[in-house]
Amino acid sequence: MSYVTVDDIHQSYDGRPILERVSLTVEKGAFVSIVGASGCGKSTFLRLLLAQERPTRGDIRIDGAPPAQEPGRERGVVFQKYSVFLHMTVCENLIAGESFGESRWGRFFGAKKRAARERALQTLERIGLAHMADAYPAALSGGMQQRLAIAQALTARPRVLLLDEPFGALDPGTRIAMHDFLLEMRQETGMTVFMVTHDLQEGFKLGDRVLVFDKPRWDPHEPEAYGATITYDLDARRDNVPTPAAPDASLEGTHP
Amino acid sequence: MLLLPFVAVLAIYAIASDIRLSENPRDKLLPAPTTILETAQRLVSEPDRRSGEILFWKDTAISLQRLAIGVGLAAALGLSFGLAIGLFPHIRATLAGFVAVLSMIPPLTLLPILFIAFGLGEISKIALIAIGVTPFLIRDMSQRVLEIPAEQIVKAQTLGASSLIIAIRVAIPQILPRLIQAVRLSLGPAWLFLIAAEAIASDAGVGYRIFLVRRFLAMDVILTYVVWITALAFIMDYTLKRLSEGLFPWAGKDGL
Repeated sequence: MSYVTVDDIHQSYDGRPILERVSLTVEKGAFVSIVGASGCGKSTFLRLLLAQERPTRGDIRIDGAPPAQEPGRERGVVFQKYSVFLHMTVCENLIAGESFGESRWGRFFGAKKRAARERALQTLERIGLAHMADAYPAALSGGMQQRLAIAQALTARPRVLLLDEPFGALDPGTRIAMHDFLLEMRQETGMTVFMVTHDLQEGFKLGDRVLVFDKPRWDPHEPEAYGATITYDLDARRDNVPTPAAPDASLEGTHP
Repeated sequence: MLLLPFVAVLAIYAIASDIRLSENPRDKLLPAPTTILETAQRLVSEPDRRSGEILFWKDTAISLQRLAIGVGLAAALGLSFGLAIGLFPHIRATLAGFVAVLSMIPPLTLLPILFIAFGLGEISKIALIAIGVTPFLIRDMSQRVLEIPAEQIVKAQTLGASSLIIAIRVAIPQILPRLIQAVRLSLGPAWLFLIAAEAIASDAGVGYRIFLVRRFLAMDVILTYVVWITALAFIMDYTLKRLSEGLFPWAGKDGL
């Protein structure tokens, strides 16, 4: 049963095509990595999934719902930067994940507030940030900020989680730790995840599927004439993790 | 070291005054520091013979009141219009150009109009301060709102926030420290407009007093008032700075 359906979307800016003929169906609970060279439209695709932009043609449906007009609670997102609110403490950031969508003024009061704080502290305990509950995010390391951002996004209970190069700004050691954290969170929630990354290995390590975006048609005299699309849709859950060079070769059968 | 420049200026004044007074003991241009101190003492303690009020404190109170209402009004207008222009593209398209042109009107040229329209009472003076400072605050605030990373707004949307919640829980908290900063910068012009308005038509206020005693070459009174105004302006600036640091610990220190 397909959960996310992308139906023949095209996107162009000022008549310049960026994406063309992108179609895709994704099962519930799948982890989809999106890779490709820079400027190949993978971030555009994520913005379309997020409903931050609307496609020039085609539509994207989640669980059969009509295409969204703007970002909303059914889509959680973590960006590379600015994903947590710097003017709120760590704990307030987590509570915002509930209160922004559930209360009229974006704030809980009284018993509700205490209960939300209790839940937030439990979550912080689980993600190892309990000791920073009342600190401001500026005091957190990059990895801690991203852990908080992921937990915050999940607090709003989205249908899909969208990650835009979430670990791009982290050092390699922290990145490995974040991979384990993300896999753990995903195991717990069974969340459907889309992650844009420029790190192929990361894409294959975390994803069930790896989508490669590229331009199938290329006019050397007019490089901007055609948009990109999904050129490869790889199954990353077979034991053999392809090396970064593999996606050039034919789709199937390069590995025993 | 901090005090060194102050001591130097005082010393230069004392020497210059001494040179002039030794040539002509009745010189009024540079009264001796002791004379100024005596005058200051008389000003702050002796009630006026006619009204029984101590004019120094009456002037101070009425000037501060005008300044506070004018700047407060300007800050409120700056924040609300800045927010509207920064957050909503339609309002920006309509108003941004208008405010840009409006801010180019030299406020003092409007003073005669204000006197004609509102008479010589309090309203025209307060209006001059507000009109003089508001366009700058609106432009600065809308710029600050535009500088809020798009990621933060999208993130709030994905947590389910409405436009209202984005405004009161994300945008306003993030620009309030900037508002205080902008108000600090506009205190200089605000004093200028206050003194100008009081000098032209008033019956009380620090500006009125300075321009009144100018006729008698009462340098000792003028200098006392100048030092007092400087001290008041400095205290306001410092208070706002500390207020900002206390209220918004996440924003970091201001430096200045």
